[in-house]
Amino acid sequence: MNATPNTTLFSANRDVQAAFFVRRKWINRIALTLSLAAMIFGVFWLLWILWETLTLGFGGLSLTLFTENTPPPNDIGGLANAIWGSLLMVALATLIGAPIGVLSGIYLAEYDPRGTLAVTVRFINDLLLSAPSIVIGLFVYALIVLRFRQFSGWAGAVALALIVIPVVIRTTENMLSLIPASLREAAYALGAPKWKVITKVTLNAARAGVVTGVLLAVARISGETAPLLFTALNNQFWTTDLSGPTANLPVTIFQFAMSPYENWQQLAWGGVFLITLAVLGLNILARFLSRRA
Amino acid sequence: MTDTPTVLPIKIAVRDLNFYYGKFQALRNIHLDIPANRVTAFIGPSGCGKSTLLRVFNRMFELYPDQRAEGQLLLDGEDLLTSKQDVALIRARIGMVFQKPTPFPMSIFDNITFGVKLFENLSRIDLEERVEWALKKAALWDEVKDKLAQSGASLSGGQQQRLCIARGIAIKPELLLLDEPCSALDPISTARIEELIAELKNDYTVIIVTHNMQQAARCSDYTAYMYLGDLMEFGDTEQMFFKPNRRETEDYITGRFG
Repeated sequence: MNATPNTTLFSANRDVQAAFFVRRKWINRIALTLSLAAMIFGVFWLLWILWETLTLGFGGLSLTLFTENTPPPNDIGGLANAIWGSLLMVALATLIGAPIGVLSGIYLAEYDPRGTLAVTVRFINDLLLSAPSIVIGLFVYALIVLRFRQFSGWAGAVALALIVIPVVIRTTENMLSLIPASLREAAYALGAPKWKVITKVTLNAARAGVVTGVLLAVARISGETAPLLFTALNNQFWTTDLSGPTANLPVTIFQFAMSPYENWQQLAWGGVFLITLAVLGLNILARFLSRRA
Repeated sequence: MTDTPTVLPIKIAVRDLNFYYGKFQALRNIHLDIPANRVTAFIGPSGCGKSTLLRVFNRMFELYPDQRAEGQLLLDGEDLLTSKQDVALIRARIGMVFQKPTPFPMSIFDNITFGVKLFENLSRIDLEERVEWALKKAALWDEVKDKLAQSGASLSGGQQQRLCIARGIAIKPELLLLDEPCSALDPISTARIEELIAELKNDYTVIIVTHNMQQAARCSDYTAYMYLGDLMEFGDTEQMFFKPNRRETEDYITGRFG
């Protein structure tokens, strides 16, 4: 035993150091292999899904998809009414949900972040954020559909808006909280009133993040089926009147994919392809915006 | 305890000021007269309360509910702490520049007009004139005159800080508060800003908080040394640096402590 005192300035035993180094290198290699394997496993399924969607959906893609309404079984048709209905309801849900979400997010981040009301709202918002969408669908069914005894596009839009709101609240609050306090103080120091500090300085600084949150919420609702199943239901015909059952892509896909008719199944794949493309586009846009920020 | 500097008009007088962060007392019985049209430096080790004192002057602390100040703060004889005036109007009379540059997320031009438009209704031409005037005062005009529409964030750190100074003086305040304005800057930008401070005192009363003893010696007329919430000594900068009254001040200034 050649014990060197721990107090010497240099580590005397280079062999021990080298052994540690070799051990560390092996641990590193094992960890890297495991993480790579996990990543490949995940990406494999994702790519498969994407591939299936693209090949099957691309086959059903044609101009009639956008010009014709959903057909009866074994007839030629498209998804025009469903695309239109989905666009209407998603747009409406965003128009209702985004302002409520952004304003609530502003309250939580700027007005009283640690107050009782804010703490309560934050807690309930977390619940809403993780609530299964079918629960929201049933809630709106009980609240609106049953009361008016009518499935409607309005009810569908409300259900989708209820999904938009918690997402936007969360992202808006988070983005505003990231703005350094000194920026706020600098604006107050000039004698600016609170609303001006928020609209011109903090919200402006967090703009890209807030818009990204809205886009991600839109991406989220554009594929939601459960909330529409109980509210907008579906419609075979082109309609601009949201007070009745309204055609939409997710429910049409759900219905057509389960059917035994080949042309319906083909259209369902076309619809899946469209939604995937839209969600992909929204995500790329969100990424682009948040990177520019 | 503190000797009032020679007979100069007093811009701001602090009387029996106590300040609390929740239960913690950060300033104790501060009594201080800040002369008009001079540069006054606050020095002292970290946590001594110099920034806290600065943030009382424009009531910035009121943004945070657990902070409070007691005592008097007389700006030209009017007590700012009990003033019936809206706090925004008070702040409009007092400019402030922070440790890190804080350009607003807008163009260089809008950065400067933001504060001006809050209290003045100027035509486009008058606004342009004001922007040029403020940028020239802050020694930034030549560098940015061709890119006023560019984002304020596109400037370098030193330029951003001068932009913030220009923004602060564009509202034509009576008092300018500088909270370690050079601590994030390189020596060249620092020198620029120090020259600027020397010039600004012709029009404004300037208070600067600094960690840098040489900076206090170079650009201030009066210096206040603070320690653990107490104002230890206040007086003529030259006297403070060459022949301080108190042993503690001397120890801090000469680097034996702090």
